[in-house]
Amino acid sequence: MLLHWFMAVGILGLFGLGLYMVELDYYHQWYQAAPNLHRSIGVVIALLLLVRLVWRLVNPMPTGLGKRWEVIIAHWVHRLFYGLIIGIIVSGYLITTADGQSVSVFGLFELPALLDGFENQEDIAGEVHEWLTNTLMVLVALHALAALKHHFVDQDATLRRMIGRKG
Amino acid sequence: MIFKKTVFSLVLALGLVSANVQAAEHYQIDIKGMHAFISFKVKHLGISWLEGRFNRFKGSFDVDKANPSNNKVTVNIEVASIDSNHAERDKHLRGKRFFDVKKFPKASFVSTSWKDLGDGQSELVGNFTLRGVTKAITLAVSKVGEGKDPWGGYRSGYVGTTTLNLSDYKMKEGHILGAAADEVQMRLSIEGIRQ
Repeated sequence: MLLHWFMAVGILGLFGLGLYMVELDYYHQWYQAAPNLHRSIGVVIALLLLVRLVWRLVNPMPTGLGKRWEVIIAHWVHRLFYGLIIGIIVSGYLITTADGQSVSVFGLFELPALLDGFENQEDIAGEVHEWLTNTLMVLVALHALAALKHHFVDQDATLRRMIGRKG
Repeated sequence: MIFKKTVFSLVLALGLVSANVQAAEHYQIDIKGMHAFISFKVKHLGISWLEGRFNRFKGSFDVDKANPSNNKVTVNIEVASIDSNHAERDKHLRGKRFFDVKKFPKASFVSTSWKDLGDGQSELVGNFTLRGVTKAITLAVSKVGEGKDPWGGYRSGYVGTTTLNLSDYKMKEGHILGAAADEVQMRLSIEGIRQ
């Protein structure tokens, strides 16, 4: 649950930072720092996602509240979330590493370029990164609306459970 | 007999004329063996030179030794092939704020005049089109050499240099970078194979 909110804040922050950094002027003080931060937080999100997926494997999943079809959709939405986030992380990594450069994470360590560059790698990866992110953000909005619906319309415990309150 | 002679001289004359027309030698830039390079350099922050090149292009030139003013050069550049040895920068350069390669995939140079300055030096003027903007530019051309290659062909090579101004080509980022990076030095080093 804590993991969920860390990732939520991180991903929304990355979305905003991404939109902001691509519009920066070359002489802007943040021109280099913003992309560095974006790449670093992206790697942290990747690690958090890994922890979350392992957690999911070794712990029983909480039972969803609501109608049967709602629970089924919720499962698929979660899988779609994981798929999109993985896709966004991989495509972001492929932009930076297209010419064999490594990804520096807060200047602490470097992720090396693993894939041999394919033709126009940074451009294709860039488009994929953008479109997967737009899709993710639409899904995030629906996800948030659904959570509010559980809380206000169904008046069940879904949202309360997610902020750490029992029932 | 007189008739025959006239026909003969007419044929001879025609032959001479066509020989004259064919006096210009046609060369294709060697892009198969890639003995041609289009590179650029631009100042970074006024502190150092940033260098790069365009990897994909094609072109041809005509050389008329008897009358160099007939020399012609055509080069077409695939702008998206820009390579500054840094993927994120190249992506940025191809984007809307710089070259906008989706909208303007090609740059071209078509010569309009060639002036032989002697001693292997020439002044080449032509129309250069980049990002939809066409401007007359002048290249200082120097001949490097020519001769038979070991594989049965005949080659000749030139180097041309010129300076472009980013501000002429309506790039948003060029405007932001301002005077410090406005001047871009271009260098075309080409080898042609005679056809």
